[in-house]
Amino acid sequence: MTRKIRVLVAKPGLDGHDRGAKVVASALRDAGMEVIYTGLHQTPEMIVEAAIQEDVDVVGLSLLSGAHMTLFPKVVSLLRERGAGDKIIVAGGIIPEDESAELKRAGITEVFGPGTTTSRIVEFIRQEVASRTA
Amino acid sequence: MGGIFDHEKIKAIEKQVQDWTKRFAEGPGRKSEVTNPSGRKIKPLYTPADVPSLDYDKDLGFPGEYPFTRGPHTTMYRDKLWTMRQFSGFGSARDSNKRYHFLLDRGQTGISVAFDLPTIMGYDSDHPRAQGEVGMCGVAISSLEDMQTLFDGIPLAKVSTSMTINAPASILLAFYICVGEKQGVASHLLRGTIQNDILKEYIAQKSWIFPPEPSMRIITDIMAFAADHVPKWNTISISGYHIREAGSTAAQELAFTLADGFAYVEAGIKAGLDVDKFAPRLSYFFNSHLDFFEEIAKYRAARRIWARTMKTKYGAKRKESLLLRFHTQTAGCTLTAQQPENNIVRTAYEAMAAALGGTQSLHTNSMDETLALPTEKSVQIALRTQQILASETGVANTIDPLAGSYYVEALTDALEQEAEAYFKKIESLGGVVKALEMGFFQKEISDAAYRYQKEIENKTKIVVGVNEYVIENEAVAIDLLKIDPEVEEGQRKALARLRQERDNLAVKAALDELRRAAKGRDNLMPRIISCSRVYATLGEMIQVLREEFGEYKEPIIY
Repeated sequence: MTRKIRVLVAKPGLDGHDRGAKVVASALRDAGMEVIYTGLHQTPEMIVEAAIQEDVDVVGLSLLSGAHMTLFPKVVSLLRERGAGDKIIVAGGIIPEDESAELKRAGITEVFGPGTTTSRIVEFIRQEVASRTA
Repeated sequence: MGGIFDHEKIKAIEKQVQDWTKRFAEGPGRKSEVTNPSGRKIKPLYTPADVPSLDYDKDLGFPGEYPFTRGPHTTMYRDKLWTMRQFSGFGSARDSNKRYHFLLDRGQTGISVAFDLPTIMGYDSDHPRAQGEVGMCGVAISSLEDMQTLFDGIPLAKVSTSMTINAPASILLAFYICVGEKQGVASHLLRGTIQNDILKEYIAQKSWIFPPEPSMRIITDIMAFAADHVPKWNTISISGYHIREAGSTAAQELAFTLADGFAYVEAGIKAGLDVDKFAPRLSYFFNSHLDFFEEIAKYRAARRIWARTMKTKYGAKRKESLLLRFHTQTAGCTLTAQQPENNIVRTAYEAMAAALGGTQSLHTNSMDETLALPTEKSVQIALRTQQILASETGVANTIDPLAGSYYVEALTDALEQEAEAYFKKIESLGGVVKALEMGFFQKEISDAAYRYQKEIENKTKIVVGVNEYVIENEAVAIDLLKIDPEVEEGQRKALARLRQERDNLAVKAALDELRRAAKGRDNLMPRIISCSRVYATLGEMIQVLREEFGEYKEPIIY
């Protein structure tokens, strides 16, 4: 039996909008994944620590406050510093297209904008994990 | 007195409805159960049999008269249109001041300030936790100096100002009072609102700092101070908006918001205040979502519940304590990133529901808000949407025009009953604070949000441009507002200069006095105003209170 996909759903920064993060967390859990939700107001350091402690395959970042260009790349670089740069990092929020492209160049695996279905997120994570373990 | 409908007549109609229902079931069309976004079952037809005991005097009354179902004021929009108030703020105080002048020049009648997250969470712009957030989703205000810039050239004696600020509300009100002093406007002439609704922060918006008990003490201090010194100020804007945005149904928005309102009333009474002294300055803030009739019914039910409960349960006597006034914002969560121009249409329908529901002020969202803060062009369209509604459609001509609609009255009754059931449940859990500490509201809301998301994914609910009428590989063709990253650096430099130039001995003395009051029971407001006058920063004042009051830890439930 293969181990369940482990996902950390995290809320970096000061933003309190957790509707999206919780909906995604519920959907991933219902899709059979092991989900750890950090709660609100996390620093990049706290998120990276949790990702390593919990030995997750995927880190999901949700942020609607506009601070994504500062905080998301910081999570990526801290993960790399700690030797955990192989984790899949997905992100969602109020992120315009040009910034989404820039975030991907900075090491975010995929950015999901408003209107994305949870089934698309589930499918993406499954495929990405499978391709990396193959 | 007595019901509008004759008992015998209702019996006859019930029979006719049965016959009609058979004919309807045999005809073509949607026969499966139809629900609205709140999950409410909606019938194809409503008749007097749905409101058999409707009593005009008891349930509706006249505008400006108990139970205020038809409106809080006698004259409503025939005297004064709703206040058009676009929630706005971004970047530096200078950037936002420019936007306020733009909006006032185009006919906006009130100001509504959006603060950035560091300000909302009690951090100065130069705090490490503010990194990347300064000026992003609102304006950065760290001291009285920023506040003076924000209101430069705006006469506080003439405009009314609403400030969306909660945990640090006392400090922003103090800054505003100090700006008034500098303009020569006495505090008793200032008009406006601070949101100051901490309960809904724990429940939905999640921008808390202190635990519930000291937070409620700050709020009662503000209520007591404002009643004497800022009597035209709305001291709490009890907010359902964020509860709805977090995913609640209409009934949950109504019930949880009013439950919060009653909790503030109880806190005020417990603090020894006269209910008729502070209740007239409590106002409400609701969402306007897409299900047109349910929203209108929600506003009507809110007025009726507030009036009845304030009178019978809390013994309020003044008319002003019984009538519920509210601000409305159209639902941000109904906007789509896909085909964003369609959002203009959604917002227009939602705005119309708010007007038909008798709102006192209104914010209409801009089409680009799922992608960024609005541009000048999109916010102008949003404001024009209100102006067209007010001037061209005729909705402002007649007060509560949907009263007597079997459907709207039945919905109003249903929402009132559902709210009452929630009040009982909350009471059985030990009240609002206990219920939120065990995550009751949070679970109700996240369950509703998840149910709605599943309905969109299985297409039980259609969202145009998202799961139907989709344009493949759509390129967004609208301009977006970008926040200059220099704002953060500018704020840091300005704060460094301020900390050097001000009288730091006076700042220390004022902060010590604030700490002394926080340890004891003296009203915090005069101390916060003294701190503000000598340019103590928001972060410095909050830090003192953090040390004295501690920080809230949320239960994690979804």
